[in-house]
Amino acid sequence: MSEVKYSKEHEWIKLDGEEATIGITKHATEMLGDIVFAELPEKGSNVDKDGTAGVVESTKAASDVYTPVSGEVIDTNQMIVDDPSKINEDPEESAWFFKLKIKDKSEMDSLMSKEEYDKFAKETSA
Amino acid sequence: MSIKKTSLNNLHIKYGAKLVEFAGYQMPIQYKDGIIQEHKYTRSRSGIFDVSHMGQLFISGGDDLTNDLEKIFPADLKKLKTNQSKYSFLMNNKGGIQDDLIITKTSDGFLIILNAACKYNDYEVIKSKLDNQYKLNLDESLSLIALQGPEAKNVLNKVIPGCDSLKFMNGNNYVYKNEKVYITRSGYTGEDGFEISIKHSDAETFVESLIENGSKLIGLGARDTLRMEAGLCLYGNDLDNDTSPIEANLKWAIPKSRIETEFVGSEVLKNQFQSGVKKLRVGIKPDSKVIARGNTKIYNDKNQEIGKVTSGTFGPSVEHPIAMGYVDNSYSTVNTKIFLEVRGKKIPANICNLPFYKKNYVKGEINV
Repeated sequence: MSEVKYSKEHEWIKLDGEEATIGITKHATEMLGDIVFAELPEKGSNVDKDGTAGVVESTKAASDVYTPVSGEVIDTNQMIVDDPSKINEDPEESAWFFKLKIKDKSEMDSLMSKEEYDKFAKETSA
Repeated sequence: MSIKKTSLNNLHIKYGAKLVEFAGYQMPIQYKDGIIQEHKYTRSRSGIFDVSHMGQLFISGGDDLTNDLEKIFPADLKKLKTNQSKYSFLMNNKGGIQDDLIITKTSDGFLIILNAACKYNDYEVIKSKLDNQYKLNLDESLSLIALQGPEAKNVLNKVIPGCDSLKFMNGNNYVYKNEKVYITRSGYTGEDGFEISIKHSDAETFVESLIENGSKLIGLGARDTLRMEAGLCLYGNDLDNDTSPIEANLKWAIPKSRIETEFVGSEVLKNQFQSGVKKLRVGIKPDSKVIARGNTKIYNDKNQEIGKVTSGTFGPSVEHPIAMGYVDNSYSTVNTKIFLEVRGKKIPANICNLPFYKKNYVKGEINV
């Protein structure tokens, strides 16, 4: 079974073997409002844990997207670049951002479980 | 200073507003539908905006009032008929804009609508320039509600019959629940619409009746995207103390009859009319989907900095990023290629005509 974890920067990460899929949480999209622009990392590039790996913009403001783990970018989701509103519609499934070949699985350990994240999101938005 | 609430605060909460602080007031940035839906609803049907944070300054008393106000504002107030409105400016001695405002001639004087963040300072400045000779009332017992969009006239006419006969930039007194309301046909979205000045105690029921007739509350977020598409300036972003109306490309708001006369800032303006200006406000359309926000630096094709963006967003009706800003005058021609520095990259863009979205005003006898 694949493992899903969450970061304090409101990204979710799903790990299947060595392949990690990363996106932003539903809670993040609710805070951002209507998303009108998405920028993704380049395929083949290497990203470092907690480093910038993309941008989303709502009508109001721009926000960086961070990667919760290090790795090589093996795929990006062109669908959300072509139609950023998909991120608001289905943030935790079809509107994923990028896939990584994960460098160090132990980086997953410091991330939050679903329950921990929900509690964190509730506390930080109150 | 504690944060102020408008008379519609409970209604904002009832309709699911996200509230933010704006100019000392708790205001709705958006409601449940979100900025894009609210924007489109205003363009296709009608939207209600709480603009009660703006200043409503009534000035009356004395035969010389018109003359004395013309020493402050570059508007042709002598030609203004009762209930007619003009867009104008409060300037400093250097011709910089301290506020942009709407002046309406009333039966016993003038009503000036001021920006929320500027209103208390404007009041002091105007009062002192008038040497305390007149009665000035920054009336905080009144709410101000804007109704904008193609259906605005039908919706408002059901609640206050007869107001659909108003011409653009004209106002009049009407009655709502046995109380006087003052309505002008104006707005700041690029749509036909009205602004209604109404007692606080009647504001909530009035807005509920607009909603019952098919309108929706719209937040400051959509107000900002709507005004940007319409090419209209936001004070503090696109206009400030160091920018003149000529530089802001608002020359049209200064009538020819006033150019040779004296008002605050007239020396500088006269000079700019004759010799031109160094920087000019322009419309900017990025080639790609990248959004350039306020303070984005603008470059020419030789990588020299030539200006900066003052407002930028995604335009929900034009379905493309839009921006406005100031560039060195030699780059202000439409279709000039420029580059916007966004997150370290130079994004190609073009100077374009304003507005991005074509206006839909009901024209009166006077063109503004």
